[in-house]
Amino acid sequence: MAKAIRLDAISIPTPGELFAALEKPGKPNWVGQMRPPIGTSYKNRAQIALNLGGLIADGFIAVEAKDSQQVKNIGTDIIKLAKALGVSENVLKRGNSINEFAENNEWDALQEELEATQNEVKSSMQTHRDQDLVILVSVGGWVRGTQAVSSAVMQNYDERAARVLRQPALVNFIQTKLNEVSPEVRDEPLVKDVTSELPQVEKLVSFPPGKSPTAEDVKKVNEAVGKIMTRIQAKEESK
Amino acid sequence: MKFKVIAVLALAAATAFAAPESDNEVAARKAALDLAGAFTNEGFKMRDGHWSGTIKPKDHALIAVNLYAGNQYWFSVGATEPAKKISVNLYDETGKLLQTESYNEGDKAAAGFSPTSSGQYYVLVDLVEGDASSVCLVYSYK
Repeated sequence: MAKAIRLDAISIPTPGELFAALEKPGKPNWVGQMRPPIGTSYKNRAQIALNLGGLIADGFIAVEAKDSQQVKNIGTDIIKLAKALGVSENVLKRGNSINEFAENNEWDALQEELEATQNEVKSSMQTHRDQDLVILVSVGGWVRGTQAVSSAVMQNYDERAARVLRQPALVNFIQTKLNEVSPEVRDEPLVKDVTSELPQVEKLVSFPPGKSPTAEDVKKVNEAVGKIMTRIQAKEESK
Repeated sequence: MKFKVIAVLALAAATAFAAPESDNEVAARKAALDLAGAFTNEGFKMRDGHWSGTIKPKDHALIAVNLYAGNQYWFSVGATEPAKKISVNLYDETGKLLQTESYNEGDKAAAGFSPTSSGQYYVLVDLVEGDASSVCLVYSYK
């Protein structure tokens, strides 16, 4: 099993998959998981990539909350950050589609469009030799998604819902990928900070198979990913 | 001379990043998407990501995926000629073969599974009959 193929495109689940699983025991309070708008004037490319991933997860949350205005606002912010990274015209066109689908309350189409936008961003990064930033988009999305899910579970604890938080191999894979990025990106203070927090997060999401984390366990996960998210969206990064 | 070396390296890097899929890979992906499309009618959402590669006779590919308890999944694989028969199986993180719903139609196969525990699973794609072929894996969830 150690020789199994692991790749971003298929081994890292999308926020949509995580949220779909959370909904099974009962509809969570999605509106309560939305966060205030984040800044879009970051200069540091690693920080932009991390926040781009987080914003895409926010888009999924807004879709689950069926808040079309919020989806449009987030879509606009995604495009602003994508532009700052110099991504392709194709990504920018996605912004128009997001607006159009949001206007018409086409929620399934919006989910597909958000996932396609994320993939378009990553594809554009690869074309522009920004391969190292691809994993950062996934990391930002996973951290923000896990923050929202752990928060929703905390608000209305349910053993079945809490089980979605068990993902030790995923966090381990993310760490492996972060260790493979160029020294230039790896040595960015923000990337170093995020990387240094992940071993602790891996421990916190390593529940035995079939066992649900307690409400206290969920709170610890929420605090750990919340700390990373605060660092990611902080405004002082330069370079 | 130095400039030429740099130019060649840059071109090679650009080619690697923009490496287009071969016709066989495109055909295998189309076959996998066609199969997965059937599950879309049952409310499954198709993940916009895939793995593709080449499998030799009696060989296999093992792909790690991370699944969530509560979701239902279908793993759809398409292959191209000269593949005659492929199979898809799922293993848990300890390497135990899991019971899945299965669909086989020569060069297309799928496995359906609903995990009760979140975590890492492995999709094993086997080329049971035929010669080395391009294969593609996609998955759907609901």
